[in-house]
Amino acid sequence: MANMAQAIRMALHYAEENLGVTDIFGEDVGAPLGGVFTCTQGLKTAWNSPLDERGIIGAAMGLAMAGHRPVAEIQFCDYIYNTIDLLKLAGNTHWATNGDWAMPMVVRTPVGSGIRGSIYHSHSFDATMTHIPGWKVVMPSTPLDAYGLLISACQDPNPVMFLEPKALLRVKGDERIPGEPDDDRALSKMIDAPLGDRSQWKPQWPLVEGFAVPIGKGKVVREGAQATVVSYGRTLPLCAKAAAQLAEEGLSVEVIDLRSLWPYDWELIKASVQKTGRVLFVNEDTEVTNFGEHLVRRTVEELFYSLLAPPRLIAGKFVPGIGLADALEMASVPQQGDITAALRTLCREQP
Amino acid sequence: MSRPRLIKENSAPLSLAREQLIRIHDLMVKARVLEERLIQMYKQGHGYFWIGGPGEEAFNVPLGLLMKCGEGPAYDYLHAHYRQSATLLALGEEPIGALRQMKNTATDPYSGGRNFAGHFSRRSKNIAPVTSPIEVQYAIAPGTAMAQKRHGGDGITIVTGGDAGTAEGDFASCLIWSSRPANPLPILIIVTNNTWGISTTSDGQHGETNISDRARAFNIPAKTINGNDPVESYQEIQAAMDYVRKERKPYFLEAKVSRLYGHSSASGANFVNEEQDCLRLFEARLEQEGVLSRQQMDEARNRYSEELAAAARTVRDEPQPSGDSIWEHIYAEKK
Repeated sequence: MANMAQAIRMALHYAEENLGVTDIFGEDVGAPLGGVFTCTQGLKTAWNSPLDERGIIGAAMGLAMAGHRPVAEIQFCDYIYNTIDLLKLAGNTHWATNGDWAMPMVVRTPVGSGIRGSIYHSHSFDATMTHIPGWKVVMPSTPLDAYGLLISACQDPNPVMFLEPKALLRVKGDERIPGEPDDDRALSKMIDAPLGDRSQWKPQWPLVEGFAVPIGKGKVVREGAQATVVSYGRTLPLCAKAAAQLAEEGLSVEVIDLRSLWPYDWELIKASVQKTGRVLFVNEDTEVTNFGEHLVRRTVEELFYSLLAPPRLIAGKFVPGIGLADALEMASVPQQGDITAALRTLCREQP
Repeated sequence: MSRPRLIKENSAPLSLAREQLIRIHDLMVKARVLEERLIQMYKQGHGYFWIGGPGEEAFNVPLGLLMKCGEGPAYDYLHAHYRQSATLLALGEEPIGALRQMKNTATDPYSGGRNFAGHFSRRSKNIAPVTSPIEVQYAIAPGTAMAQKRHGGDGITIVTGGDAGTAEGDFASCLIWSSRPANPLPILIIVTNNTWGISTTSDGQHGETNISDRARAFNIPAKTINGNDPVESYQEIQAAMDYVRKERKPYFLEAKVSRLYGHSSASGANFVNEEQDCLRLFEARLEQEGVLSRQQMDEARNRYSEELAAAARTVRDEPQPSGDSIWEHIYAEKK
């Protein structure tokens, strides 16, 4: 099975062949590196931009305005902050011009902890990004969802922010990308650039198919009856593992992968919370003014009488960064044990 | 150190065809009367904020006249700033649109009552949306230029901004992205230099002798011109455009202009006597050379004054957008 980096690469290949993607660009995105996480190796429209984040977002906006279909990359989301006003502009252009101009562009950026990236390579961006209207925001937790969401993003007439959980980029999926070969090593040989001299290397792309995961649709990863946990990105597999562990203790937890943060699948959350009466939201962005707080607020306002326990949020600590030392990173963002313990408590809580 | 190059003195003979001089004058008057009407509307409470370009007509009218106007990469893109009503009129926009934007009516053709005066936008004419944050257009413009280079033809991207905004990083971004040897772009980079940044004087910001000197560091040909002279502006813009259209490479123009009514309504929007008035200077030359008489020019001004007064009365009675319309156009639909 492909890992998420390979899935992203195959989706971009599909998009440049079939969806009119004209430019895949950003810092070190083109040859010879093909992206610091290898997500853009071998792509025919990939090129290296100047090391200028504002220039990257600005150029993507201009290309989109001129009818092209750019996919821009910001190397780490920690570096996208100096483009916030351009992101705001990309999000408001259609509205501000009363529907005259559209901005069909995709921005990809790796987010979150998990690679011991220290203060400037571990930030999350979901809370900030969901604060900028006019964008669609997605964040996959599996290679197949990454593939399908990126294809949807490249078809969308609006700006789409594609957040890549960097801790999961090297994790293989359980599901095959449609058209991906059966043998993982064969896939790697076809599309992973060799180490060393790559000047003569060309990828051999498998005949991948146009599988699209619709933006705005979450999915139930595991059914359960006593509590619901809603997550996305790096913390989603931790939630799934926690649910599996608690099942052995006789506790039944429903796991929802939100996949799209804006628009998000409220109907899915609502149906699940009405069934279980208990909900935990989990993400790793800092906890103050966190996107999960919005979900808690909406749960309280709309589902109060279905609740058997207060809705809860586990998120990153409200500290200025993630320290390099193992213990510092582990203490800063939610870990497996935190989620399992919180769910155990929640399941047993009685009104 | 190079000095501002003032190609021709204001007393030099007018070297454009008579019809062209009359056309430029007519648009300059129309733009001036429009801006004065907008200021009046603001002062009468028929708008919340005014910002515009009285004083920049001598540069902005020729710019609009020389643009290849249309939709898509075969035509010129304009990434303008908020002092360019004269360019918009030269591109064929009706002045009532600007009044509607000032009055924030539902009929405002640029934003439906959502944006400030002078914040034009027209996809059908490749006029990119004007924004309040200064200089962001310089980061966006290379994108349309890239698309035009790929498209072929002679369409170019034109980006304009003020001198104070050149302190922003986006200005440097534009110079860098436009001049990469791997992919130089067909872009005309313009700075209209009125020597003010709201209330910051140019000597509070600019260490460079001319702003155009900065382009030379990127091997972009550059020139500083007298933007208060419509004839010089016309000829220099035309030469610059010819270069960009043909060479598919960037060119930089710095135009020295006046700011006749201060920065915006925030600074009072009152006439500043110390500034050179490009319209008055041009009219003196037109009269001196017998192109137009004082009476003809007065008639033009009176005609536009009456037209715009009538337009303002029309706009006053037009509906405001409904509160419910905030939910419209957040997203574009798939077509």
